[in-house]
Amino acid sequence: MNIIVVGLSHKTAAVEIREKVAFAPTQMEKPLRALVELPDITEAVIVSTCNRVELYATTNDIAGGMARLKRFLADYHGLSLETLEQHLYAHHGEAAIRHVFRVASSLDSMVVGEPQILGQIKTAYGYAAEFKSSGIILNRFLHKAFSVAKRVRTETRIASSAVSVAFAAVELAKKIFGDLSDKTVMLIGAGEMCELAAKHFLNSGVRGVMVTNRTFERAVKLAEEFDGKAVNFEELFEHLHKADIILSSTGAPHFIIGPKDVEEVIRRRRNKPMFFIDIAVPRDIDPKVNDVANVYLYTVDDLNGIVQSNLEQRSKEAEKAEAIVDQEIGQFFKWLSSLEVTPTIVALRSKFDEIRRAELEKTLAGWKDLSPDGQKRLEALTNAMMNKLLHPPTTLLKKAGQGGRTGLYVDALRQLFDLQTEAPAEEDLGELEE
Amino acid sequence: MNALLFNVTLGIYFLATVTYLAYLVKPRDSLGRTSHWLISIGFLVHCAFTVDRYVEAGHTPITNLHEALSFFGLALVGTFIAFERRYKVFIIGSFVTPLAFVLMVVSSLFPSAITPLNPTLMSKWLAVHTTLAFLGYASFALAFGAGIMYLIQEHFLKSRKLGAMYQKLPSLEMLDEINYRCLTFGFPLLTFAIISGAIWAETAWGTYWSWDPKETWSLITWFVYAALLHGRLTTGWRGKRAAILAIIGFCILLFTFLGVNLLMPGLHSYK
Repeated sequence: MNIIVVGLSHKTAAVEIREKVAFAPTQMEKPLRALVELPDITEAVIVSTCNRVELYATTNDIAGGMARLKRFLADYHGLSLETLEQHLYAHHGEAAIRHVFRVASSLDSMVVGEPQILGQIKTAYGYAAEFKSSGIILNRFLHKAFSVAKRVRTETRIASSAVSVAFAAVELAKKIFGDLSDKTVMLIGAGEMCELAAKHFLNSGVRGVMVTNRTFERAVKLAEEFDGKAVNFEELFEHLHKADIILSSTGAPHFIIGPKDVEEVIRRRRNKPMFFIDIAVPRDIDPKVNDVANVYLYTVDDLNGIVQSNLEQRSKEAEKAEAIVDQEIGQFFKWLSSLEVTPTIVALRSKFDEIRRAELEKTLAGWKDLSPDGQKRLEALTNAMMNKLLHPPTTLLKKAGQGGRTGLYVDALRQLFDLQTEAPAEEDLGELEE
Repeated sequence: MNALLFNVTLGIYFLATVTYLAYLVKPRDSLGRTSHWLISIGFLVHCAFTVDRYVEAGHTPITNLHEALSFFGLALVGTFIAFERRYKVFIIGSFVTPLAFVLMVVSSLFPSAITPLNPTLMSKWLAVHTTLAFLGYASFALAFGAGIMYLIQEHFLKSRKLGAMYQKLPSLEMLDEINYRCLTFGFPLLTFAIISGAIWAETAWGTYWSWDPKETWSLITWFVYAALLHGRLTTGWRGKRAAILAIIGFCILLFTFLGVNLLMPGLHSYK
């Protein structure tokens, strides 16, 4: 039995293509049932997110199974296979396992380390379990993928740092103030980045927002949006001491806040810390402000620098994560191979033994004057011959199973000796080490 | 038995120091929890050691440097565990546990024989005075640890060097609050220690205050902390300045505790 993966992602297809092949989460029953009814496909799971659409399946016929999945994806969405094919990737064997482990661990995500993908795969698996399209192998496979993702998350710091400017600002504020719930944010001027950062601060639970702008009407409008308070620009310094976090992005050609102003404000605040974030270019806040005690000034370049180094750190952590994935692939593949190897060995042995017994019985029936001792010897002789003959192929199969190249041998043996193997029942399967 | 308990405590504090320092390098929660349990077990053994010695000596075991340093360590670890439970910041341990371990090592260098107590000093005030003083010392030691952490974190934030250690250190506000709490906890203890000492001196020597070097330096220490507390409450000394003062205060306190005893002979000298 082989695991195959067919799909497309943000790396191979633009959003115009991805949206055409997406599956609606409310209507998963129909495609899942259709998939397992395809010839050669025994189990199936559909993962459909805004960044990827992937089909995971098990099949006896790798090439045929992958072709059927591709055809299914095109037909189901009414697209021509020719246009779709160039965006599709298909994996089998070890590559398929690696792909799914990497996706679940968020190593294949647009923003490496983003946490949503694991939940999305769990939901996808939930549908497959609900509509019984997944069985022994995919169940094990996906549970393994979840545990790999969990290991990656706990053993590497792949998801532990902010990778957007707004989040970096919030994290810095938390390192200065700890709890943000009694802190006030002040917006000076307006701008997309400024408003985005303000939204992040509100989501992180700050108490309130003050807004000021040279055009008071704009300040009022923005203040309404954030459920905050508008302040006259001329009265900025009468209100500045009430703010803990200041986001500034005016279009002023020169500094609007200098160290003298801030010293005065800090005195009024009785040295309570202040965090200035200067998003404006040219800058609004004199860099000397950072030298005032208990004041921390970061410019948009500083924040970008933090994001950049966090991204670099993530890619370093991603290397550790890849090593974890490698380890786990080996383990899972061993289990998967043992699924085929063990029944084949059993069938081969019983076939040989059957022949041996039949021939032995025939011979003994016509050999009346053979002593019981002679019978025993004959029995032992045939048994030893059989074991000697079976030893090399058995060891080879077991070894091949560990290396993951069993398909060829198993097929050859089955055909050469006309073996009939049944799919093993779940309780007969070896335990997969977690 | 007594020596065994002491050595076990020393050993566990050593292990806890190693795990707490490892926690500074690797931020695993499991490492933090292990460290917390180690130091808690060490504290219990240390308590057993102190009680055992109390029974053997017949008075609070604080009359020679071996005992006094160990008692300081006990007070420090006990106060630290209480704070760690309250603030759930394991990393404080990376700064406090090594200090406790060093106290124990220094303690082990001094002769451990029980020194007979001068009969005039045999009084319930011995326990009251010294326990108050050492709990106060322990609080100030924690404030010292928090102060150092504050300066490190503040340096990272000001210079925008946000490395792995920055990630692990708590927020400035929390460190400042720990500093403040320790101060409000330690200052009354020190005050009452001085008052109880004066009362005890009156009963033992017939005078409340004799300008013995220890008394003088205790008073200086008290004024430093009084100034810090006053500054905090009235003019809003906080953050960096409070951290520096907590560090200076603790250095003076260490001098009061050790320097005075070792360098200036007086009524408080350990024999």
